[in-house]
Amino acid sequence: MCTGWYTSDMAPVATTFFFYFLSGLAILSGVLVITRKNPVHSALALILTLLSVAGLYLMLYAPFVAGVQIILYVGGIMVLFLFVIMLVNIERSEREKQFNQQWLPGILAACGLGLLFVLIYVKGKALFSQPVITMPETENTQRVGMMLYSNYMFPFEIASLLLLVAIIGAVVMAKKRI
Amino acid sequence: MNPTLPVGADYVRILPEIVLSIFGMAIMVLDPLVDEKKSQQLLGGLGLIGTLAGLVSTWIMAQSPGFAFWNMVQVDGFSVFFHVLVIAIALVLILTSYEYMAVQQLRAGEYYGLILFGLVGMCLMSSAVELVLIFISLEISSISTYILAGFRRRSATSSESSLKYFLLGSFATAFFLYGVAMMFGATGSTNIDAISAALNSGKVPLLAYVAMALMFVGLGFKVAAAPFHIWTPDVYEGAPAPVVGFMSTAPKAAAFAVLLRIIFEANAPGRFWLIWLSAVLSMTLGNVAALVQDNVKRLLAYSSIAHAGYILVAFAAKPELGAPAVMFYTAAYAAMNVGAFAVVSHLANENERYVTLENYAGLGRSSPILAGTLTIFLISLIGIPITGGFFAKFYVFSAALQSNLVWLTIIGVINSAIGAYYYLKIIVVMYMREAREEVPVLPIPLALRAALALTLAATVYLGVVPGRMLTFVQQSAQQLLQAEHTSAREQVGNAAVPRATQ
Repeated sequence: MCTGWYTSDMAPVATTFFFYFLSGLAILSGVLVITRKNPVHSALALILTLLSVAGLYLMLYAPFVAGVQIILYVGGIMVLFLFVIMLVNIERSEREKQFNQQWLPGILAACGLGLLFVLIYVKGKALFSQPVITMPETENTQRVGMMLYSNYMFPFEIASLLLLVAIIGAVVMAKKRI
Repeated sequence: MNPTLPVGADYVRILPEIVLSIFGMAIMVLDPLVDEKKSQQLLGGLGLIGTLAGLVSTWIMAQSPGFAFWNMVQVDGFSVFFHVLVIAIALVLILTSYEYMAVQQLRAGEYYGLILFGLVGMCLMSSAVELVLIFISLEISSISTYILAGFRRRSATSSESSLKYFLLGSFATAFFLYGVAMMFGATGSTNIDAISAALNSGKVPLLAYVAMALMFVGLGFKVAAAPFHIWTPDVYEGAPAPVVGFMSTAPKAAAFAVLLRIIFEANAPGRFWLIWLSAVLSMTLGNVAALVQDNVKRLLAYSSIAHAGYILVAFAAKPELGAPAVMFYTAAYAAMNVGAFAVVSHLANENERYVTLENYAGLGRSSPILAGTLTIFLISLIGIPITGGFFAKFYVFSAALQSNLVWLTIIGVINSAIGAYYYLKIIVVMYMREAREEVPVLPIPLALRAALALTLAATVYLGVVPGRMLTFVQQSAQQLLQAEHTSAREQVGNAAVPRATQ
């Protein structure tokens, strides 16, 4: 029935323990990202956050999203990030005050988010009542590919124009004289 | 598996986009090849031909209405209207930029290329009926505008404007994208017809309200509606003047087209108070803040916030009355605002030195033509009869009244009265005050004359004989609203099952 890589006698990896482990790791390293003064440490903690979120995607049987998460965010963006860090003056940024003192908006936003959490906790089932469509893990990536080259061909192709505009923009902004 | 390939009709329905991208790429390729002195004329001319070709191909596209690329793109009266509108705005922008770029000593190549690429995004926004495609085209249009805003590289305010616009704009786009994801979670589709069918078939999931609010934040930023308007004055002040005329109309018109599709065609839930509040805030904040401005660009920036508020009033009205009023308003506003900024950019001179209200003193004597044209545009912005602005406001407020939105109408009319003050202030300064310092007025070149003539003609045409335009927008709004009932049913099946696997 299920053509996944595990057979029925193997226990599925998607256990409650893994869920809480990965979520806790993501939250912990997320807190580290914003509390470390050294940007390199923050960047490393961010990698850990993104990796644990990728693990959560795997648990939801979405290997394609997990793969994209690792390749794009952890790979590409982090390399870019480290480059930026190498180019800016770390010692100076460590001495600078890194938090703005916006207490009132901060508290308001925290209260709003807290309310949202309570709402989701109480009414969570009603919010996401529709059953999740499960797809055999091996076919997942294949189906995404099929959709990209058939129904979603046009947005997929037009994204090239978006990239072109972004490249032109980067060059225009970086050019010495114009 | 036997994937179907797109057929010829699919390509005809995106012909304007294809033509505009080809011209944009041609400009980019030619840019390094031509002599720097000639590049301004040559590439600008190519851009101008590109927009004209875009208009022609829009006409060809209009001959074959229907869906293209598996329900991604829909060609109907509605999308044709917005295609023509944004391309026409760009045409006037290129005519205005001709002289401006030479005076500011800016290099031309990428400028004209980016205008055309941005146009592709805006055109697609109006014809896309799939949220994923809408998102990508929104990004194409936004990124081009971010860069155009920073084109005065030697000026710090221009760089500030570009950076501010970019950072806040990406933040707003993230909100929109999050809303799209939530909408997909709530209805199981990103196709507007399928979403419309899901939302109209009984109980609306709570998630759809969240999605709607998030998408409204993203689009509200793009149209500079309060409370997402903070960026507007700073960005408009720093960006090149012709570009401000462009970005206060074309991307806004495209964003309003998306809002029309999402709000009216998909019959979005819980929209009323959201829009009501945003409309009241935009009108009031925009008009009150504009009262104390002495920089003309900042003044017009606040006025554009106020006008976004007037347009939002129509969104709160009944769909069959509101949709045509919105379309008429965007067209009339485009004509008068682009025209006003054409005058502003001509007077700004090198490095945009003369943009304060003080510099406009005595313009009535030193350049009667410019003062006269600007006066007509300002009269139209106030909403005085025989100009397009009057009928635009009239249709919006009558749509609101007929939908029993009495308070909203009263607030809107009071705001129009407040608005009249600062527009009249400019006219008074131009005609009644003596110039304290000599402000040089350059001779008006042919291209600018054409730009002014076009916008002036459009403003007066919409004010004197609005009938044809009105029938057209009513018909296309009808198509938009009917699409909900006819095509939604037949498309649910199509949207759920990929055509490739059938």
